[in-house]
Amino acid sequence: MEFEDVKLETKSYNMYYGDFQALRDVDIQIPRNAITAIIGPSGCGKSTFLRTFNRMNDLISGTRVDGGVYIDDNDVFEMDPVELRYCVGMVFQRPNPFPKSIFDNVAYGPRAHGMRDRADLAEIVERSLREAVLWDEVKDDLNKSGLALSGGQQQRLCIARALAVDPDVILMDEPASALDPIATLKIEELIQQLKKEYTIVIVTHNMQQAARASDYTAFFMMAEDRAGYLVEHGPTDQIFTNPHEETTERYITGRFG
Amino acid sequence: MSNRGPVSKSMTREDATFARLVQLAVSTEDETPREKVNLARRRLIQKAAFGLLWLSGIAAVVILLSVVGYVVVQGIQVLNLEFLTTPPAGGLAASDVGGMSTTIISTVYLVFWTIVIAAPLGVMAAIYLVEYAEEVEGGTGLIPAIVSVVRFAVEILAGVPSIIYGLFGYALFVSAVALGWSFSLRSAAVTGAFLVLPVIIRASEEAIKAVPRSYRQASLALGATKWQTAWKVVLPAAAPGIITGIVLSVGRVVSETAVFFVTFGGTVRAPDTVFDLTSPGRSMALHVYYLAMETRAFDKAMGTGAVLILTIILINLLINVVTRRLTAKLKGR
Repeated sequence: MEFEDVKLETKSYNMYYGDFQALRDVDIQIPRNAITAIIGPSGCGKSTFLRTFNRMNDLISGTRVDGGVYIDDNDVFEMDPVELRYCVGMVFQRPNPFPKSIFDNVAYGPRAHGMRDRADLAEIVERSLREAVLWDEVKDDLNKSGLALSGGQQQRLCIARALAVDPDVILMDEPASALDPIATLKIEELIQQLKKEYTIVIVTHNMQQAARASDYTAFFMMAEDRAGYLVEHGPTDQIFTNPHEETTERYITGRFG
Repeated sequence: MSNRGPVSKSMTREDATFARLVQLAVSTEDETPREKVNLARRRLIQKAAFGLLWLSGIAAVVILLSVVGYVVVQGIQVLNLEFLTTPPAGGLAASDVGGMSTTIISTVYLVFWTIVIAAPLGVMAAIYLVEYAEEVEGGTGLIPAIVSVVRFAVEILAGVPSIIYGLFGYALFVSAVALGWSFSLRSAAVTGAFLVLPVIIRASEEAIKAVPRSYRQASLALGATKWQTAWKVVLPAAAPGIITGIVLSVGRVVSETAVFFVTFGGTVRAPDTVFDLTSPGRSMALHVYYLAMETRAFDKAMGTGAVLILTIILINLLINVVTRRLTAKLKGR
């Protein structure tokens, strides 16, 4: 599927862990200011694919890529990974706040990028926590440890922390899979709010979540050699009601995976 | 009871099994002699083993308490404020006059410099080994080779007898052939730093390794560099373990004699200030040795020993308090 306003793009993208090919020939365009869900069975390379865009795969030794990955038409492999991660934020599967105060958690990114002024930091912390719909719950104890919050609050803190560096893109790797249904719903509402200003790519195992929380859905499968490939990509409504590929239909109706 | 015979005759196999099970269930001990004997035996062995363990535990405590108790009880007789604040007298005069004040001061100076040298070096080396070198390990080339050599060296150094460090320090720093620093605070401090370096590296390495990967990932994903991640996230999270290693090293320096015997000298005068690096001195542990071996002031050796032991106990209490506080803080309580 092609878009007019493309934020992220891969062209004939292949990714290997040593001799094992994890992704094969992925061509995809991800539109700006929309939510794109990545679905597919376990081991199909969804997370690996997600981590391509902020080059977190670089941290694993023995990985190799070929093909192109672009953000705003810039090749991410030509960019400095540290610089790339300013504009591509990430939220992980398990909430992973630092063992620091709520304030210091959110201020971590801006500080790492050299911001020192206390007033500026305070402003960013408040704005980010508001954006992450956590401000009202924590505004009176910003000095409390981030680890003292509930799981759902921790995950929103991690989202606030990612927002504080003012990225364009937010990658989310099953952000609600470790949370209870109410916390999950809050995160989903939050994601809807965020798409106005951010491009969001979310990996999810939860079919209902993809269906209700995303604008576009990309379905990945693995080939016989277990390499992941893109089966189908389109508007979420179409993928869930009228998929072009039979594999997609079989997957979303729960006949495998 | 007249129908008993016919019923028995018509018993099916299932009935027979069931009957046997009932018999087993209601039977008393003598029906299953093997299990019973075994059980009694196991109970006996269990009791014997636990008795032995209990005795060993008690023995360890008794031995420790008697050593500590003996020294403290003997030492307490000479221990008073005057003993702590009066400098020792040199030579045989020590039997009659003098306390231990300068040895406390020398020990503090020595600990200060040893830790100032060894702690940053050891912590940095540990960060390098875990955060930077780990990813190249297993590969081929120069860096992985260096890394495995460093790891091996640290292991070996941790097991080298302390007098070997002393010999080395003497040859390199003290003797006029090499640096010619003679017996001095600097010779002792640098040699002492070498002695505790492996302790600090290993404690820090373990502490840094135990920091969850997810912290590092979160930091890197925010656009922090590896160094920022190590310094701002990993190090604070590893602080309790690192501090434990450093405080253990303090204990090691306080209690070490062999190394400082051949590098610190033994004069009863302390260096004038902590920056008086070229003066020799005598640590508390050395003082115990000198008093016991070269004077007749055995009671004063005991007094100094008591102070030494109380210092070590204090250090251990300190480790407990500090790590518990820090850990609680990290966990958000």
